[in-house]
Amino acid sequence: MKLSLLPVATLLAAALAAPSALAQKKYDPGASDKEIKIGNINPYSGPASAYGTIGKVIGAYFKKINDEGGINGRKINFISVDDGYSPPKTVEMARKLVEQDEVLVLFQPLGTPPNSAIHKYMNAKKVPQLFVATGATKWNDPMNFPWTMGWQPNYQTEGMIYAQHILKTRPNAKIGILYQNDDYGKDYVKGFKDGLGAKASMIVKEVSYEVADPTVDSQIVQLQSAGADTLFNVTTPKFAAQAIRKAYDIGWNPLHYLNQVSASVGSVLTPAGLDKSVGLISTQYFKDPTDKAWANDAAMKEWTAFMKKYYPEGNLTDAFNVYGYMVSQTLVQVLKQAGDNLTRENVMKQAASLKNFELPMFLPGIRINTSATDFAPIEQEQLIRFDGKEWVRFGEILGK
Amino acid sequence: MDALIHQVLAGLATGGIYASVALALVMIYQATHLVNFAQGELAMFCTYLAWTLINAGFGYWPAFLLTVGLAFVLGVVIERVVIRPVENSPVLAVVVVFIGLLVILNSIAVWIYTGTIKTFPSPFPTEPLFGNKFMSSHEIGAIVVTLIMLLLLYAFFRFTPLGLAMRAAAQNPASAKLVGIRVGWMLALGWGLAAAIGAVAGMMVAPIVFLEPNMMGGILLYAFAAALVGGVDSPGGAVFGGFLVGVLENVLGAFVIGNELKLAVALVLIIGVLVVKPSGFFGKVHITRV
Amino acid sequence: MNQRTLTVVAVLLLLACALPFLVSNYRTFQFTLVLVYAIALLGLNILTGYNGQISLGHGAFYAIGAYTAAILMDRFGVPYWATLPVAGAVCLAVGFLFGLPALRLEGLYLALATFALGVSMPQLLKYHHFEKWTGGVQGIVITKPDPPFGLPLNPDQWLYYFTLAVMVLMFVLAWNLLRGRVGRAMVAIRDHHIAAEAMGINTAMVKSLTFGVSAFYTGVAGALGAIAIQFVAPDSFNIFLSIVFLVGIAIGGLASIPGAIYGALFIQFVPNIADEISKAAPWAVFGIFMIGFVYVMPLGVNGAIRMLLARLGRKAQNNRSTAGVTRPTINSPEEV
Repeated sequence: MKLSLLPVATLLAAALAAPSALAQKKYDPGASDKEIKIGNINPYSGPASAYGTIGKVIGAYFKKINDEGGINGRKINFISVDDGYSPPKTVEMARKLVEQDEVLVLFQPLGTPPNSAIHKYMNAKKVPQLFVATGATKWNDPMNFPWTMGWQPNYQTEGMIYAQHILKTRPNAKIGILYQNDDYGKDYVKGFKDGLGAKASMIVKEVSYEVADPTVDSQIVQLQSAGADTLFNVTTPKFAAQAIRKAYDIGWNPLHYLNQVSASVGSVLTPAGLDKSVGLISTQYFKDPTDKAWANDAAMKEWTAFMKKYYPEGNLTDAFNVYGYMVSQTLVQVLKQAGDNLTRENVMKQAASLKNFELPMFLPGIRINTSATDFAPIEQEQLIRFDGKEWVRFGEILGK
Repeated sequence: MDALIHQVLAGLATGGIYASVALALVMIYQATHLVNFAQGELAMFCTYLAWTLINAGFGYWPAFLLTVGLAFVLGVVIERVVIRPVENSPVLAVVVVFIGLLVILNSIAVWIYTGTIKTFPSPFPTEPLFGNKFMSSHEIGAIVVTLIMLLLLYAFFRFTPLGLAMRAAAQNPASAKLVGIRVGWMLALGWGLAAAIGAVAGMMVAPIVFLEPNMMGGILLYAFAAALVGGVDSPGGAVFGGFLVGVLENVLGAFVIGNELKLAVALVLIIGVLVVKPSGFFGKVHITRV
Repeated sequence: MNQRTLTVVAVLLLLACALPFLVSNYRTFQFTLVLVYAIALLGLNILTGYNGQISLGHGAFYAIGAYTAAILMDRFGVPYWATLPVAGAVCLAVGFLFGLPALRLEGLYLALATFALGVSMPQLLKYHHFEKWTGGVQGIVITKPDPPFGLPLNPDQWLYYFTLAVMVLMFVLAWNLLRGRVGRAMVAIRDHHIAAEAMGINTAMVKSLTFGVSAFYTGVAGALGAIAIQFVAPDSFNIFLSIVFLVGIAIGGLASIPGAIYGALFIQFVPNIADEISKAAPWAVFGIFMIGFVYVMPLGVNGAIRMLLARLGRKAQNNRSTAGVTRPTINSPEEV
């Protein structure tokens, strides 16, 4: 990472921390003068294997860091294992990483059910379960679970943002909701309803779908029949694309709110049809690699160069590859700040003291802030609207 | 009323998807008396082959025909190389090989093509037929293609010597051998044809659900139900079963029980039918000689 | 059971008892899972191997067992050991009731019915009217039991011994059941159901009962699995679990009691090996292993071991035909 990108505050903090840390090197299992062991669990196999690319891009980024000399002179030893998105396997793999491989931190385990399965174990073992790859709210609970921290903006907050936007701009809306019937979908819906508060009666119909369903066509027809004029679409990319296309094809033109999970021009809007996507509203916190607006952006070019060199088989239109890149950068920052005091406790302490930390791939103005009582790193997003070619940001940066 | 018609038509569109995959299942059953769990993944993989060809600059129809041919060869090769060694093993051993094939094909597809969804072109016009708002031209086209496949299949088994030989080989291999049918090659041919039908199904399905490695997972499940409810030895029954399942799940989901349990209830209904009519609507009743 | 088999079993049991002191806690935990899977596979094997009914949905019974245990522990404060018989009984009832109509179906159609059960189970667990009990999509977190009576064991070791004891009990029960009257009736139905009926076996009853007993075993395994994992969620019990069980019995050896253990070892460890071989496509490696095993041992590991022993036995007998070596019994109808 370029020094110029670091905010002054963190630099100062690191500089102040450095001398004392140098004096006494402290290590927990997984750290030494030579290396830092980092564990990771990802679904490389099974129905969720599309997320596997996150583990691969993280590995590629750490390779780049190692090629550039490592972190404070230590190489990263990245041990990534497969759980197939099956909670029992996650438990087994977490135990392998903690007890057998003795990693310093478990970084980016993916999915709410897998992380729920190891939540208690990681905290009992006092091993950081750091920057988990899920948007559930429960990871921000430093009182009861001081060893677990999320990373991405949580689903409920985002749901609330849309609700507030509707209340402000369309107080008489008839809202239809399409959501995936799992923890992710239900979290969004909960945040959305909380945001509507007393006006939750604006919702005229809620329909769910299962991941195994071939299409959501029937659900879209149901929402149209219910007379909804506003659609809150909580779906993963494949179903999002189907929903956008089907709504257009049946001549239904609701004000369409699409969750950030599927706000990718390349892998959702293009398959659905750009002309059919005009007017979509979503939120974003990082730069979409398939959005032409960023084609000449320096950070985007750096990411593309990284991908070409270290992960050439990776897909340049896949937003997960940006996600994995950014989250790795955050961990590298935390480890840099930890200096020579590489205990698990200090890693958590440093992760909880990120102040106005900006990543080059973030949208301008988005920052990470954490504290001993705030374990939710990214809490800002910006509303965006699709104009048929690219996402246009509008309004202020929302959240804290 | 409008909503009901709309749900039924949307159900027919998805039912067409199930029907086309169910046809491939029936084909392999006719030839081998086994249900191939890897059928869906094989179809998915062939669709990726077509996608690769189209991206390499082939036109739609040349790519289509080439893929069907390649799928046929792939099916024959799999039978000869992978299935042949376990031919005389217990049924469950063969099932394990099918499951092995399923996970291998799925995994390789993720590896080569990644999990992001891809668009697959449709040979049919983008404008809906007669300006209707219920079904896209592709959905109607896909149903027509399925019906054409059904007719071809029916004619093949009914009127060609090869089709008859194939049925004989599946039903009674020993007697078939005695009358000079090369049973081994009949099996391979069955695999080839099933793979080819699967490839067509995949290319018809992909424009609707988008192409991705897990595209066939859910569909295979419905197709399996469709094939059995119609009668696993009857191509016509399989297509009927496909439409029935598609319509049933939509109507139940939209008006009766909600979307959460629609699959479960649809499956329960199918089992109910099977309990009353154990060989499906159009299946032949087999009488066992003691 | 003859003298020699008895000795082998005793030695193996001793080894199994010593295991937690020889390996790390993490490995002990893995072997606990092997024991759990072995019970589940034995259950499926009773149905498929001995009675000839294919089930593609046994993951559903595993799930019912697991949720019964979790709900009892979490909502009602029932001690963990007391949940096992309840989980088993619930599954026995569900299995028996499911078996009643399902036994009209044969082969593929039964496979579809069970498949439907397996596919629907995660959705039922998520169903919002049951959420109060099941925790919906969030699942239920449960606490790991501590060793009782101040035994000098850590929780992992204790759970291992507890599971081992349950497994031994269940295996002995199965062994007794299968070599008795009921067991012979099951096999008779598998081999020729018309003849079996003609001989006066109530095939409907026996088939439903077999379904119940099979579900009972798998349910107890599910409960043990939930206690070991300390967590249940709908995602833990997808259709792939049922399919893996089927792979387990085919690879372990159909209609064999030790086959359940070989199968359990396979489904526990081979995916891990596959993951270590290839991050890019772990399932591809797993699939190759599956097919490879079937090629080399079409009758499963147990069948292969039996054949090997038989060959060695014959050789030994040829070499010293006067020495009176006991020849292992093979090919007794209910065991191959």
